[in-house]
Amino acid sequence: MKLKRYRSKRKYEPILPGPREWPVVQLSRNKKQFLKEVVKEAYERIKGNTRNKTALIEELETTLYKEKARIRQTPWKVDPDDEHQFWGKVKDELLEISQQKTKDEEKANKVLHNIIERYAEEIAGNFNTSHYRFARGLVTFGFNRLLNAARIKKLGGFWSNELTMNDKIQINGEVEKLRTLAKKGTIVIVPTHSSNLDSILIGWVIYTLGLPPVIYGAGLNLFNISVISYFMNSLGAYKVDRRKKNMIYLETLKAYSALALKKGCQSLFFPGGTRSRDGRVEKELKLGLLGTAIEAQRSNYQEHGKDSEKIFIVPVSLNYHFVLEAPSLIRQYLEKQGQERYYVENDEFSSSYKIITFLFKFFTKGSDISVSIGEAMDILGNKVDEEGRSFDSKGREIQPQDYFVFQDKITVNKQREAEYTRMLSKKIVEQYSKIARVFSSHLIAFTAFEMIRKRNKKLDLFSLLRLPEEDLAIDFNEFRITSQRIKNKIEDRIKEGRMSQAEHMDDTIDNIIEHGLLNLGMYHSKRPLIKTKQGDITTMDMNLLYFYRNRLDGYGLEKHI
Amino acid sequence: MGSKNIFDKPIGVIGAGSFGLSVANLLAENSEVLLYARNPEALESINKKREWNSYPLHENVTAIDDLQRLADTCDIIFPVVPSANFREMMRSLSPFLHPYHILIHGTKGLNLTLPEGKTLADMQVLERQHIKTMSELIMEESVVVRVGCLAGPNLAKEISQGLPAATVVASPFNEVIQIGQQLLRSDRFQVYGNPDLIGIELCGVLKNIIAIASGALSGLGLGENARSLLISRGMVEMIYLGKALGGNVRSFIGLAGIGDLMATSHSTLSRNFTVGRRLAEGETLDNILADMHEVAEGVNTIMIAKKIAESFKVRAPITEILHRVLFEGLTMEEAVQYLMKYPLNVDVDFI
Repeated sequence: MKLKRYRSKRKYEPILPGPREWPVVQLSRNKKQFLKEVVKEAYERIKGNTRNKTALIEELETTLYKEKARIRQTPWKVDPDDEHQFWGKVKDELLEISQQKTKDEEKANKVLHNIIERYAEEIAGNFNTSHYRFARGLVTFGFNRLLNAARIKKLGGFWSNELTMNDKIQINGEVEKLRTLAKKGTIVIVPTHSSNLDSILIGWVIYTLGLPPVIYGAGLNLFNISVISYFMNSLGAYKVDRRKKNMIYLETLKAYSALALKKGCQSLFFPGGTRSRDGRVEKELKLGLLGTAIEAQRSNYQEHGKDSEKIFIVPVSLNYHFVLEAPSLIRQYLEKQGQERYYVENDEFSSSYKIITFLFKFFTKGSDISVSIGEAMDILGNKVDEEGRSFDSKGREIQPQDYFVFQDKITVNKQREAEYTRMLSKKIVEQYSKIARVFSSHLIAFTAFEMIRKRNKKLDLFSLLRLPEEDLAIDFNEFRITSQRIKNKIEDRIKEGRMSQAEHMDDTIDNIIEHGLLNLGMYHSKRPLIKTKQGDITTMDMNLLYFYRNRLDGYGLEKHI
Repeated sequence: MGSKNIFDKPIGVIGAGSFGLSVANLLAENSEVLLYARNPEALESINKKREWNSYPLHENVTAIDDLQRLADTCDIIFPVVPSANFREMMRSLSPFLHPYHILIHGTKGLNLTLPEGKTLADMQVLERQHIKTMSELIMEESVVVRVGCLAGPNLAKEISQGLPAATVVASPFNEVIQIGQQLLRSDRFQVYGNPDLIGIELCGVLKNIIAIASGALSGLGLGENARSLLISRGMVEMIYLGKALGGNVRSFIGLAGIGDLMATSHSTLSRNFTVGRRLAEGETLDNILADMHEVAEGVNTIMIAKKIAESFKVRAPITEILHRVLFEGLTMEEAVQYLMKYPLNVDVDFI
């Protein structure tokens, strides 16, 4: 494959001069105080959610039960040693309360407080400026070196400076606006999530764009591995434990996020919650953490009035030709869809070895990545200009604090804000489908899969995926014509502003197909699409083809196959 | 309940049609009401004689003709104008609206938003984005997001006589439902809440089709067995269409669905019922519409719903046959014969 050099090689200056001004640094410097606030806030939330002491005691008992089950069923290396001890003590205390004739509310409150404190400590990130510098430097240096070693297949390549991350990763979209707004308010970045690589990639993007470090929730499972744990801690991550689904934990997590946002910490959520299992761009978002952005904004308005710090939501789409975890992701998806059976989460990132192999494959096997920055929005999904002012679709200026006003006063209404979160998530999803960039590999995967589907109209998805090998071959000429037709339809939608495509798509259809075949899921042992000796197109793995096909789902393109 | 002001500001109502006036009167029992009336005659009559079109008006109602003043003075506004004028009204009102406004509409019709220069006849298929309920129209035309609707068996004449009745306030926002309840509830008026805004709007819209059919049965003198048949099959048809457009089935078996359907199908007071009856008595549609004071939303709804049934592949025999009576010259007798021969015989398949 010919190496393409991209135009976007410019360097961005950091928008805040030194780490002293980074909100995340101030946060970690005053960590004790901050955690106190988190505990207080979470405590109030939970008390608000549980109407009386009976409800509170019930909630505590449920939490205890769930936590004991978790400790038994899914123990992790990262779990602290005193878990048994802690929850054993909670159990004793609850037992004592339940034996009293008149239940002691003070005691129950204290148990709650202890649990929250423990959770808050666990969630808290451990940001450290010098570690951040070191880790960031190491990541960039390492990536560049690996990249050169891989691309220039000479011995000295490892030390060559010829190629940098910029060559491999394109950043496009509303970059300047993002930088401008980052100086005027608090940015919340909400990227699509398809691979474990996303966390590293987005961290690099934020650094490259000169933005101060963000705080973000990273799965606690990643902290199982000590090397990764070090990087995560250094890069501003706080820990999210997906095993803990009890209300007390979730409220503590939300309190943490909301308070950090109020303090002006740029944040990042993967609003899809988890990696896309079926390869589709997210259509449904998790509302929990997203809601904390709306809450923090309202709280800012309450405390500082009309001119308080604004929160901007910036959707980002990460686009790949391949997703390392695709085979296991799609398998989990199909298992779930097929039998509605609960599946045990299988963790591909369970050892350092696997991660290193993954990174090595990523850098040695070529293939480009692009990152599209979407339009910044206010907390209700309205457009904002360079000054950070909000505008409606008719171009009239909006005062966002009015969304929280009733009878001339800002009021707190959880249900209202939950509804706003749902509305915001719709806007984010709309942006995703607009900015997700179509790659050659997506085009050919979609075309091939839909051609096979059309030939077998009567089959449901599961029978389709089980078609025998001899039914999978597609005549190349037919494939070429259909690909061209779909490409034309994509271009129509680009003109209407509904889709975007990568620069390599400005080429002849033959080159695009060739480029796509080369890149589509290129390191999977079973390639999703290959050319046979007879010159036909076929797949070695229908499930994988389906996974990559899904990237173009939801645009109504299948009508044109 | 006394006439105590729950809210500091007056409540706005837009539209001086019969339902608009009913809403204004209901609100006036608890609050000051500003009523926007376009027609200068209506304005004068309301403010001076305290009545319009032989509807008496509560003393707390003041008519005005200035939308800006209405929006500046009132945080809570009830728009009750025919669906055909709704977008135009919203466009005039929108510049004065802010996100703190709360709009609860009482219009039972649909809006069609077709691509530039196209008419309904040109459209091969309708997509969901072409069809707008009034709440969707409000959100499209303004910055207001806290939106709700009123629907239920609320025959304007009965309400103005002070007979007991109830309504549904639907909104995804609990606060909007609560406000609707606080404002409208009285000794004679009960208010229920429902979060399925789209479903409740569609109940109010689609029941008008069945009301026309019910009027036709009366005109033909076909009796109560036939009417019950119509109402229950009509209900099924409403559910099919409503589901296709995103409503929740449960909403249709509540007060705004079956409740409103019963009222409109039995009441000779209803405009849609009158259209059906007069059609059955042999009058032409043009003739009937020419001498009606107010809009019968059902006629427009049948046009749109027929296209929806085709586009979303939904069975809607009553709608289709009414379309043929209204616009294709079929007689009501032929229509009844056709329906009696209709091959479908599964009773309930939507739950």
